[in-house]
Amino acid sequence: MAATTATEGEVLSAQPPGPDPGPGTGGEPAPTARRALRQGLAVAVALVVVVVAPLVLSEFRLALLAKYLVFAVVAIGLNLAWGYGGMLSLGHGVFFGLGAYCTAMHFKLADARSGLPDFMTWSGVESLPAIWAPFRSAWFALPAAVLVPMVLAALLGASVFRRRVRGAYFALLTQALAAAFAILLVGQQGLTGGTNGLTNITEVFGLELGNPRSTQVLFFVAAGAVAATFLIARQVVQSRFGRLLMAVRDGEDRVRFLGYDANRVKVLAFSLSAGMAGLAGALFVPIVGIVSPANVGVVPSIEMVIWVAIGGRATLAGPIVGALVVSSAHTSLSEWYPGGWLYLQGALFVVTMVWAPRGLAGLAEVVRRRREHDRAGARAEVAVGTAS
Amino acid sequence: MGALLQVSGVAVSFDGAPALDGVELAVDEGEIRFLIGPNGAGKTTLIDVITGLTAPSAGSVRFDGHELVGRREHQIVRLGVGRTFQTPTVFDRLSVVENLDLAATYRLGLRSMLRRRRGIEAEVGEALASVQLDDRAGDSAGSLSHGQKQWLEIGMLLVQRPRLLLLDEPVAGMSPEERSATGALIERIAQRCTLVVVEHDMEFLRRFARRVTVMHEGRVLSEGSVEHVRADPVVQEVYLGRSRDRRGHRAEAGGAAGGGAAEVDRVEAAT
Repeated sequence: MAATTATEGEVLSAQPPGPDPGPGTGGEPAPTARRALRQGLAVAVALVVVVVAPLVLSEFRLALLAKYLVFAVVAIGLNLAWGYGGMLSLGHGVFFGLGAYCTAMHFKLADARSGLPDFMTWSGVESLPAIWAPFRSAWFALPAAVLVPMVLAALLGASVFRRRVRGAYFALLTQALAAAFAILLVGQQGLTGGTNGLTNITEVFGLELGNPRSTQVLFFVAAGAVAATFLIARQVVQSRFGRLLMAVRDGEDRVRFLGYDANRVKVLAFSLSAGMAGLAGALFVPIVGIVSPANVGVVPSIEMVIWVAIGGRATLAGPIVGALVVSSAHTSLSEWYPGGWLYLQGALFVVTMVWAPRGLAGLAEVVRRRREHDRAGARAEVAVGTAS
Repeated sequence: MGALLQVSGVAVSFDGAPALDGVELAVDEGEIRFLIGPNGAGKTTLIDVITGLTAPSAGSVRFDGHELVGRREHQIVRLGVGRTFQTPTVFDRLSVVENLDLAATYRLGLRSMLRRRRGIEAEVGEALASVQLDDRAGDSAGSLSHGQKQWLEIGMLLVQRPRLLLLDEPVAGMSPEERSATGALIERIAQRCTLVVVEHDMEFLRRFARRVTVMHEGRVLSEGSVEHVRADPVVQEVYLGRSRDRRGHRAEAGGAAGGGAAEVDRVEAAT
């Protein structure tokens, strides 16, 4: 799995940041054709993986893969904010968590029929808290899973970007938000299930969880979500707005003097990024069957950043690869040597930052460039040979 | 009906030290106004105030009937005031065309911003040609030379069609050839919009300046034609004074005090 997606990363990452050869230059057709070929190949490989995985993987492994795909959705969104927009968020767990809790609340209510969710009974809550009531409707809960994170991110962004809070200060602020959010969840036992979170989600829209068939369905839904968010991210990045976002990242003040409201650009990108995290949270719940403060606090928020960093920020496919590779490494290592993961993860992060700041996608790009360079060198030699 | 740009009584202080102290400036439509003065005279600060980067503690800046003080940077740009910075700031990781396109499309709504750029807009193509970067269109802006970046930046302002353009040291760090090319470019721009140019280069000043405003210690010291300013004894005093202050390491500048015009020529040396 890792190997195939790495190829995909190499292929797709080559595309977005590279300045397209303007029509004036009459750029060589060959690289464009090769790029199209690579893209076609990547899509084909991705499709094959999605079709083959359910056939060859055990239910347990398939569920894991589905979970990694959900993480890839987070990574795609976070990359929009950090990779392309320069807003390093160490608090995306909050947006992921809001999405997850919104859906989990609905499933708990649906499960409890007309009664109270199990954990409320245990903590002595006698009537349904007002904040829970609207979540009885899926029509409210599912949009809320995406919209609540988006609105929160927009409010946060609008209030801090205007005061020119950025860089490390912004990162710290979001980190604090993640810490506060986890504390709040733990503290409100009767409302949120406290440390345990919302557990025992057994049925989702009539789909009984924990059997091979529902796992397959959820896997396909997760794969579809990756594809959809990838396409949205690609459109955003390649549009004029995407160029503007990168310009804001590289020279926010300059952008203001081009007549753009840089804050608005950042708020939009950050909000979109949070929405994707919320969507991922919403998918996480049925796939894993539980959401707890441990999934949304400081540590998972940092892990999300690591997916993007290792995959390659500011590349389209890099974060997907990063999320898949790092999460599967997490699982395998934990099976083999529990407790060792944190050290390895820290080491990986340091190694990436120091030696490969552009992550796996950056490495792939270097290899590709070198190959192209060799090819161009060979061509030049031929040209010189014919000229003389 | 007064001037296009009317700066009155503008004061700014940084940590209690006054940077601008009651600046008065009026620039008419179609003018090329040069702004000179020793380092720390407040030239760049004045541009910062006009463009909304620095908020003044007192005074007003009116542009075409609009008060600019209190507006945000991008709103001022949208009224038609453009500026450059002392160091060229283009977006290195975007291509030359993308830089220009970004500058040209600042009035697009979000919905059109979310579409991809198809081809090169006519005005972007025009700007590419006038800043002589057509053959570098697809290259990343980071690969341009210093002078070319400066031109790209001017091109980005051109496509925005400002009514007033504030250029902060447009030829600083340029080779002689680049300087004359930039001068020609500025003359062409001047046919379309009003210009305020901060520049130390006397050669450049002599060739292109019509009206000059001399600033010193946050105030306007003198204003008029190049000849008038050069002959102004107060201006001479300021520059002579500066050269004397620096006698320690610039003995020859203070020692060889010749005619007034020669001293003003040291504007460049003194700053």
